[in-house]
Amino acid sequence: MSEVLVLVDHVGGTVRKTTAELLTFARRLGEPAAVFIGAEVEVARGFLTSYGAEKVYVLADPELSDFLVLPKVEALAHLVEASSPAAVLIASGGEGKEIAARLALKTGSGLITDAVDVQAGEAGLVTTQSVFAGNVAVTAGVTHGVPIVTVKPNSVTPQAVDGAAVEETTSIVLSEAAKTARIVERRPRESTGRPELTEAAIVVAGGRGTGGDFASVEAFADALGAAVGASRAAVDAGWYPHAYQVGQTGKTVSPELYVATGISGAIQHRAGMQTSKTIVAVNKDREAPIFELADFGVVGDLHSILTAATEQVNARKG
Amino acid sequence: MKIAVCVKYVPDASARRTFSADHTVDRAAVDGLLCELDEYAVEEALRIRDDADDGQVVIVTVGPDAARAAILRSLQMGADSGVHVADQAIHGSDAVGTSLILAKVLEQQGADLVICGMASTDGSMGVIPAMLAERLGLPQVTLASEVVVKGSTVRVRRDGDVATEVVEATTPLLLSVTDQCNEPRYPSFKAIMAAKKKPVETLSLSDLGVDAGAVGLDAAWTRVVSAEERPPRSAGTVVVDEDGSGAGTLVDFLVHQKFI
Repeated sequence: MSEVLVLVDHVGGTVRKTTAELLTFARRLGEPAAVFIGAEVEVARGFLTSYGAEKVYVLADPELSDFLVLPKVEALAHLVEASSPAAVLIASGGEGKEIAARLALKTGSGLITDAVDVQAGEAGLVTTQSVFAGNVAVTAGVTHGVPIVTVKPNSVTPQAVDGAAVEETTSIVLSEAAKTARIVERRPRESTGRPELTEAAIVVAGGRGTGGDFASVEAFADALGAAVGASRAAVDAGWYPHAYQVGQTGKTVSPELYVATGISGAIQHRAGMQTSKTIVAVNKDREAPIFELADFGVVGDLHSILTAATEQVNARKG
Repeated sequence: MKIAVCVKYVPDASARRTFSADHTVDRAAVDGLLCELDEYAVEEALRIRDDADDGQVVIVTVGPDAARAAILRSLQMGADSGVHVADQAIHGSDAVGTSLILAKVLEQQGADLVICGMASTDGSMGVIPAMLAERLGLPQVTLASEVVVKGSTVRVRRDGDVATEVVEATTPLLLSVTDQCNEPRYPSFKAIMAAKKKPVETLSLSDLGVDAGAVGLDAAWTRVVSAEERPPRSAGTVVVDEDGSGAGTLVDFLVHQKFI
């Protein structure tokens, strides 16, 4: 069976949930082979084993992390050449899509971005994408080279299955071109103690209707163990950092539950959350378009509703 | 300093966008316009030009005849000239084909700086900047939310999911910018009038020396099998919180759905 390469997304060896999802998709297509770039494979090994990686390629040269994007592309291109995989799966996201783009050109391969499903088909893999703000489902395949696919977070429930995780250490010589965009500083985002926005099972988001006060949004999110998001209007007003923006120009989220509070539901916002499994809206305007999408809606003042709901949820938890 | 900005003419996102029978985006059925995210690229180019002693900004687009409107809008914002690649054979090109055509234009232009938006609002792949860097062999400095140019050095802030990075390279290079980078200007009446006199060159594939068989739907490395509208989400229950009972019904819903 052919290998399916999965680029491991990690922070200091702590593997992100999206990698477990990619390994789950990879198992449908062939033998999952994780590609770990970094020095901390010790930290990652348990995770990769428990989600079914049969092989783990390790590239530990620190120089690979000193420059933007291209070193990772050259590492993957080397492995594509060496192992002729059935596909390469990479997490969707700014960097992931850029790596995939250059890898596709380098290896003469078709590229599909932002897949929400990946299946093995008779004539090669078949992907599903959700386009035009989630209004149209597109199925597609790759006709040239090794399929390079980026997959959106939360597209599949990760399956815990033991893999052999046989390690193979390899190294490459970086081209001069790969050393032209140097990362001169890297500041990890300060932890909020909440789940990461794109990975979270529940997201509570606030918009213009918060009036700039996110305290009740954050308190309700914490009661539910949720991540906090914000609409573009709230971010543009300076009420919440851009890193938490949900929508076309921010993050795309697809949680089990999305709670939109004080958000009208403009197309730009819907593009970032419309594929959420369950949508709840709280807004004082009954005519807000968000109610057209919501499985459940409450018309009223978001601060008093969220504050009361937070108390009730916390009381239930005892 | 010569700056080239790649822009896209896209169907209006607030209209009902659909696919044609060949599974390409139906660009005739919906009004189009300059991609909103490309306005940030044009604005950044204008700022860099205005800070340089001797600068010019050329706008490059690939698309049907109507795509000229995206160039015109950029010229109204203040760009100096435009190049429009239009050819029947381009219809249905994927990102691989489109980047091939753009790269040919950019090779001819020989710009010190190529600037792109972060993604289009229709395809939203966000891969053209990286593909252009690959094809042109230029340093890739992308997804910049803050740009500082000092002589031939470009330093940017790039906000990732888990970290913020500061990236530095020297020109010539390829830059892409996010919507956090600046506030695009609105063209004045005077600028709109002045734009009418600015030169726009129209090129075919043969003008560029691009083989028509290398681009278009049949040459794409991916194939769309189907494109189906999802059934619209049906609106669910909406309650009005008149007597303070809204929170209780909300929590009941979440309990019933097993979120609590």
